[in-house]
Amino acid sequence: MTLLWLIPFLPLLGATILGLAGPTLGHRASAIIGTASVGLAALIAITIGVQWLQRPPPGEVFTQNLWTWVNLPGLSVNISLYLDPLALLMTLVITIIGTLIHLFSTEYMQDDPGYSRFFAYLNLFVAAMLLLVLAGDLVILFVGWEGVGVCSYLLVGFWFSDPANGAAAQKSFIVTRIADIAMLAGLLLLSTQLGTLNIQAMLAAATLHWPRGGMLPELAAALLLIGGLGKSAQVPLQTWLPDAMAGPTPVSALIHAATMVTAGVYLVARTHVLFLLAPDVMRAIAIGGALTLLIAALAGLMQSDIKRVLAYSTMSQIGYMFLALGVGAWSAAMFHFLTHAVFKALLFLSAGAISMRLHHAQNIFAMGGLRDRLPAAFWAFLIGAASLAALPVVSAGFFSKEMILGDVWSAPSIALWTAGITGALLTAIYIFRAVFIVFFGPVSTEPSGAYGIRILLPLALLATAALAIGWLQTPDFLGGRTLFAQFLTASTGATPRHPIPTLITLAGCLAPITGIAIAFGLHRAGFWQAQAQQPPSPLSRLLRSGLGFDAIYDALLVKPYLWLVAVLRHDPADLISTALASAATGAHRRLRATQTGKLRRYIAWITAGSIATLAMLLFA
Amino acid sequence: MNAVFYLSAGLALLTTALAITRGNPVHALLYFVISLLFMGVIFFALGAPFAAGLEVIVYAGAIMVLFLFVTMMLAMDRLALRRERDWIARPIWIAPICLVLLLAVELARPLLRGSHQAAFHIVTPQAVGIKLFTTDLAAVELASMLLLAGLVAAFHLGRRQ
Amino acid sequence: MTIAWPLPAALALALFLLGLLGLLTRKNLVFVLMSIEIMLNAAGLLFITAGMRWGNPDGQIMLIFVFNLAGAELALGLVLLLRLRNRLATLDGDAANLLRDTP
Repeated sequence: MTLLWLIPFLPLLGATILGLAGPTLGHRASAIIGTASVGLAALIAITIGVQWLQRPPPGEVFTQNLWTWVNLPGLSVNISLYLDPLALLMTLVITIIGTLIHLFSTEYMQDDPGYSRFFAYLNLFVAAMLLLVLAGDLVILFVGWEGVGVCSYLLVGFWFSDPANGAAAQKSFIVTRIADIAMLAGLLLLSTQLGTLNIQAMLAAATLHWPRGGMLPELAAALLLIGGLGKSAQVPLQTWLPDAMAGPTPVSALIHAATMVTAGVYLVARTHVLFLLAPDVMRAIAIGGALTLLIAALAGLMQSDIKRVLAYSTMSQIGYMFLALGVGAWSAAMFHFLTHAVFKALLFLSAGAISMRLHHAQNIFAMGGLRDRLPAAFWAFLIGAASLAALPVVSAGFFSKEMILGDVWSAPSIALWTAGITGALLTAIYIFRAVFIVFFGPVSTEPSGAYGIRILLPLALLATAALAIGWLQTPDFLGGRTLFAQFLTASTGATPRHPIPTLITLAGCLAPITGIAIAFGLHRAGFWQAQAQQPPSPLSRLLRSGLGFDAIYDALLVKPYLWLVAVLRHDPADLISTALASAATGAHRRLRATQTGKLRRYIAWITAGSIATLAMLLFA
Repeated sequence: MNAVFYLSAGLALLTTALAITRGNPVHALLYFVISLLFMGVIFFALGAPFAAGLEVIVYAGAIMVLFLFVTMMLAMDRLALRRERDWIARPIWIAPICLVLLLAVELARPLLRGSHQAAFHIVTPQAVGIKLFTTDLAAVELASMLLLAGLVAAFHLGRRQ
Repeated sequence: MTIAWPLPAALALALFLLGLLGLLTRKNLVFVLMSIEIMLNAAGLLFITAGMRWGNPDGQIMLIFVFNLAGAELALGLVLLLRLRNRLATLDGDAANLLRDTP
């Protein structure tokens, strides 16, 4: 367990080596270094995990203090790694899924000239993300937070020669930056009010000094929440995620599905003690989560780019996680995080696998009938889609979504539960719409090439996990197992078990099935294809653009800002000093006109001047 | 004496006005000389006989004669005279007259204030001479230096290159 | 035989202003010089008036100096007039405008 520090360090080392010497090392060495660094970290994490399960450390907490970074009277920051069940869960997910995605990328990206650069960035990202989850101090967490933001920017804009990619990267960075400013304000508030940013010490001080529902905890929680909303692409800061699909597909799989976008969820779960002191913020989290999941699901219904479907799906599922956080169901949220990481990575990787055989096409209407042509991709995508739709019993997603819906019902909140169940229905519809369009019907484009083991192995492993991993935590009618919640108890507090009416559980089972049926029926009736051919109606245009958020932000924020930039471009503040100069020049030009060289004129001016002077002398 | 004064004053004004409005410079100068003669009479009426004499002999007799000779030397032909007429068209006078009237209004007040009666003295040439060559001797010397400077400069500038 | 002294003073003012008027109006340099002489003469009249007022020879002394000055100045002025006439072939004062500001 003392090897904990190697977990973030190894990917960092890999990134440094690849960054400095990548092009000279060549494809093979870059692939090995890149994948091995994360793989070794995964091995260490698994070893630590096994040790933990056999013999957990006292208090189920392991801290490793690396060194002291800042030691000032007002603030003291240590580079310390804090391992508890929550952090262990996150670490395992990041490293294992990260390794699989690295393996996948070694084949997926092999024709790309920036091969070693890709792995350098990806390693750097994994290092930053691990630092984020293992941080014992909010400052270190923030360092990791910013690190993943930078890597997201670098990777979304990986193919930088196309300015559209650069614009997408900028958009993601700027929106998350705005959120990060709020988060920084929250950190400042916490450090000045509570004197420390060490997470456990800060939380203890908060419970001691701050009343529940008081202004300070509400404000601090709200600021941290805004930071989380930005990073996790929730309403109102969600506009960057669909555009971030401009990056390579493994990037979308790792960063924008499994790990970075869940950083917000992790933040709230980690500091949940603070959020418990702020019930209004919790309510806001729940409502925001419900809104996001519905808006994103509706938008996903109208997309024609497969990666954008998955992007909106990510947004929606994280909405579920925030919904769970909002009602205090921490372990439900983290369980859904686990299953979502698995099936979303699976979906993205299989989407990448499909498009790499179709010359990187991403329009679902350019695909069709690939069920027989690409069987591996088909089964992988199908299993992922089933898990996403929460198909009862067979898929892992079912168990986590059931847990969330059950906890939301017990909150109690009928409105939120209704939003959740509607979202489940819509989720099933939109993802199976994609399934039917891509894999059934007539073939639009013939695939070329074949898959190597490095593509197939990650898909197989993830597919197995997407089927099996749900059995860690089952609802009552399937055994009532609570392995997952028990594991997390030390981090999240005991999760109370409420009896859930059978009707609710039944609704949760029926919703996905109904959704799949609807999607199938519409597909048979040719509804989706017809809709794609026709010019889009205003409603479908609105849904397709993610409910017009981009347009609103453009009009409200971007245009005024650009106008301000245009005004300030000519440096009006400089006018204060140049005004004097231009006034003098103007006066000079005018006075020049009196120098005519004509004697009579001069005499006339003298006369006029003497009249004026005499007037002053005589009559003043 | 008063009648002499008023008559001379009026005629001096008239001739000066005529002087500045003629087209032919020689005519104008001649009118000016006449005005100077009337000025001499005025000086005499004001009890300054020496000044009157000087005015006629020195100013009208020497300085103005010089001016006349040089002007006649300039030999203005018929074309020049016609052009001269154009240069004094009516509209040109408007603005100057306004300015001058303003100045008149301004200067009239301080100039004409105070008690209006005073005793009348005739200041004799002897008095002038005594004052000039005793108290104001330095000024005399300076004046002669000025004349010398004028002489030298005129000689130098007038040389044919 | 007393003449109220404001009268010659007013005359002097009127003559001065006539001279100024001529200076402002006429283009021909001869007239310019002549107008200057008119003004000098008017100033001299004012001096004589003052001398009469105070019963002093100072007025006449100043008149002598004024004549002195007028003579010297006129001599030089005429020489320069001739030089200008030879150079520019005109007596127009406005023709000598090389000191104007050329933008």
